[in-house]
Amino acid sequence: MAALSGWQERLEETALAPVRRTSRRFWALVAAEVAILAWGLYAYSFQLRDGLVVTGMRDRISWGLYIATFVFFIGISHAGTLISAILRVSQARWRTPVTRIAEFITVVALICGAAFVVIDLGRPDRVLFVFIYGRWQSPIIWDVLAITTYLTASIVYLFVPMIPDLALFRDSLKGRTSRWRAWLYRTLAIGWNGNVGQRRSLAAAIGVLMILIMPIAVSVHTVVSWIFAMTLRVPWNSALFGAFFVAGAIFSGIAILIVVMAILRRAYKLHEYVTEKQFLYLGYLLAAFAAIMIYANINELLIHGYKLEEGAGFHLRQLFLNDFAPLFWFYLIGGLFGPIAIVLFPATRNTRGIVAAAILVTVAMWIERYVIVVSGLRVPLMPYAPADYAPTWVEWSILAGGLALFALLITLFTKLFPIIAVWEVAEDHEATVSAFEVTSPAVPEMPAPSGGTYS
Amino acid sequence: MPPEQAATPESSPKPWGATIPRRRLLRMLGLGALSVAPMSVLPELLRTVGPGRPVEPVDGPRKPATTRDGRIRQWTMIIDLRSCDGCQSVGGPPRCTAACIEGHLAPEPMEWIEVYEQELAGDGTRFVPTPCQQCQNPPCVNVCPVGATFSTPEGTVLIDQDRCIGCRICMAACPYDRRFFNWGEPPIPPAALLADYSAEHQVPARKGTVMKCDFCPDMARAGTLPYCVQACPNDAIYYGDLEEDIATNGRVVVAASRFLAENDAFRQREELGTKPRVYYIPGHGEAVGRDVFTPGRAPAEWPWTEIVDGAQPWQR
Repeated sequence: MAALSGWQERLEETALAPVRRTSRRFWALVAAEVAILAWGLYAYSFQLRDGLVVTGMRDRISWGLYIATFVFFIGISHAGTLISAILRVSQARWRTPVTRIAEFITVVALICGAAFVVIDLGRPDRVLFVFIYGRWQSPIIWDVLAITTYLTASIVYLFVPMIPDLALFRDSLKGRTSRWRAWLYRTLAIGWNGNVGQRRSLAAAIGVLMILIMPIAVSVHTVVSWIFAMTLRVPWNSALFGAFFVAGAIFSGIAILIVVMAILRRAYKLHEYVTEKQFLYLGYLLAAFAAIMIYANINELLIHGYKLEEGAGFHLRQLFLNDFAPLFWFYLIGGLFGPIAIVLFPATRNTRGIVAAAILVTVAMWIERYVIVVSGLRVPLMPYAPADYAPTWVEWSILAGGLALFALLITLFTKLFPIIAVWEVAEDHEATVSAFEVTSPAVPEMPAPSGGTYS
Repeated sequence: MPPEQAATPESSPKPWGATIPRRRLLRMLGLGALSVAPMSVLPELLRTVGPGRPVEPVDGPRKPATTRDGRIRQWTMIIDLRSCDGCQSVGGPPRCTAACIEGHLAPEPMEWIEVYEQELAGDGTRFVPTPCQQCQNPPCVNVCPVGATFSTPEGTVLIDQDRCIGCRICMAACPYDRRFFNWGEPPIPPAALLADYSAEHQVPARKGTVMKCDFCPDMARAGTLPYCVQACPNDAIYYGDLEEDIATNGRVVVAASRFLAENDAFRQREELGTKPRVYYIPGHGEAVGRDVFTPGRAPAEWPWTEIVDGAQPWQR
C-alpha cells in the first residue's frame, strides 16, 4: 500500500504542478499567443470597416479560407469524442492519461470554429438573426443547432469527469492559492467528497454522456458536410460527403491530439503517464483512419472521374494537374500515405516519427478542407472563364489569430484545470496493480479519487 | 490505512449515505444535461421576445398583382435568342444589361442580367441574356438560414437586404451564378438615400448583403415593362403572366403557351429540376442578321457610379 500511495502522491503532484509553478517561459508563450491574436484582431478591424472586400473572395468564389478553417476546427474537435467516448466505451485503458487533453481540444476547437463562421459573415451585426428568424430548411441552421448542442454537450462532458479532480485541487490548494481560484475550485467541485453514492452517480452520468455524445459528434460533421452537399455543385454532389467529413474529422482530431500531447508532455513533464505507448496506439489509429480516407478518396474521385459528367473533368484536372495540384498531391502523399508509411516502418515507428506524421496530417487536413471549399466553387457553372482566389493578408492574419486563440485557450486551460484525469489514471493503475496481487481484498477498494475526506 | 476510511458510508446501512452533496451533484448534472435540451427551442424562444418583425419571410411590401378576376399573376420572361446579337449591331455594352444597371443603380461589377456568350455544337457562338431564372424550386431559397431570400406568390424570388446576414450560402447554391454580393461599401447616389427601400427594387444597396435580378414586379404592377425589356433594341425579351397566358416585348403581344410550344422553347439547365420561370427560344441572332461566327460583345459599364464621390468598385 505504501508504494501505491507514493505513486498516487507523485501523480497528484504532477497534476498540480502547472497550477503551483508558473515559469517565465509560460508567460513568454502567452505573450506570443496574445500578440498573434491581437494582430488577427487588427486585421479583422479592417474587414469590419471596409467589408469582405478586403478578402480575396468574390462573387464566383464566394467562400474561402474562413469556411475552410471553420470546417477544419470543427473537424479537430472530434479528438475528444474519439478518445473519451469511443475509446471509453471500448474500455481501452491506455487512453486515460490523455482523456482530459482530448476533451480540452474539443471544447476549444468548437469555440474557434464557431468564431470563423461569424468572421465569414457579411453582416456580423445580424448574427442573432439566425436565432430570431431561423428556418429549419437551411443547412446553416442545422449547423447552428448541431454545433451549439455539441459545444454544450462537450463542456458538460469535460466538466463531469473532472469533478473529482477539481475536488482534489480544492483540497490540495486550500489556503495556498488566490481567493478566486479557491472559489473557482470550490464551486466547480460541487461538494464532491468521493463517497460511494457520489462515485456511483458519477459513473452513471459518464456512462450516459459518453453514449450521448457519439451521435452528436457524428451528426455535427455530417451537417457541416451538408452545407456543401446540399448545393447543385458537381464536386460537392456526393452521398459520401457526410461519412467522408466525419472520417476526416476524426483523422485530423487524432493528429491534433498527438501534437498537443507531445507539447504538453514536454512542457509539464508528463513522461510517466503519457508514454510512447499512447503515441504508438494513437499512431496506429491515425494510420487506420488514413486508410479509411484513402478509400473514401478513391470512391469519391473514381465515381466522378469514371463518368466525367459536366464539370467533373474540369474539377479533376484542376485537382491533379492545374491550380490545386501542389496542394492536392501534398494532401494525398504527405497526409494520407505518409502516416501509413511512418507507422509501417520500425525505424520511424516511435514517438518522434508519430508526432511528425501527426503534424503532416494536421497540415494536410487543413489543405484538404481548403481544396474542397475553393475547388468546388471554382468549377464554372455558366459560360465564363474560371475565377481565381488567393487569400489576402487579412485572411492569413485572421487565420493566424484563430490558431493563436486555439493555442492560447489550451495554454490557459492547463494553468487552471487538471490536465491529467487523476482519479481515472489512479483507478486504472489500481486495477493493473491489483491484477498482479494475489491477496486482493474481498471488497475491492477504490483508490481515493480526491483529497476529500481521505486526505 | 487512514482512520477516516472506516467511517465512509460504505459501512453504513444506507448504501449511498444520505448526503446532501450527492443530491447537489445530481442536480448539477441534471442541469448540465438540460442545458443541451433547450437548444432546439431557442429560435422559437428568441422569436417570441425578438423584434416585432414578421416570422415568416416577408411577402414583399404589397399585395400580389392579380388578374381582373382575382387570380394571382405568375410573372414570366421569354427571351428570343433568334433576335439577340449581344448588341453587336448597336455597339457598346448589351442594352438590357446597361438599362438594368442604370435603373436599379446596381453597384459595379454586378450584371443582374448578364449576356453570356455560349459556344454552339460544331462551332460559333450565341448570346444568352441571363437574368435570375426565378426558379419555382429555388435552391437559394431552400438554403437561406434567415428567410432573407424568399419565393413570392407571383412566382418570383426576392431578397430582403434588411434581413440578409451575408453568409452567402445562396451564392454557393445558385446553379446559374446569378447572385451578387456587396463585398465593399456600395456606391449610393444622394437621391437614392431618400428612396423607400423595397425588396422589389433593392435601392439603396446595402454593404455585406446579396443582390440579384428582382424581375421588376413593382414596374409590372404599375403597367410598365422591366428595364431590360424596354431597352432591348431588337425586342428579343418578352415579359408576361402565365396565369393569363400572355406575354409582350412592348411591340407585339403573344399567347405565352402557344409561343413557347411553337418555337421549341427551353429552360436553362432543365436537368437540375429548378423549374425556372425564364424561357428561351433557341437561336443565335439570325433574325437580326448576326453571323454565328462573329464572336465577342462589349463589356458592361456602370456610368451612373460617376455621380457618386469616392465610389470604390471591386473586381468580379
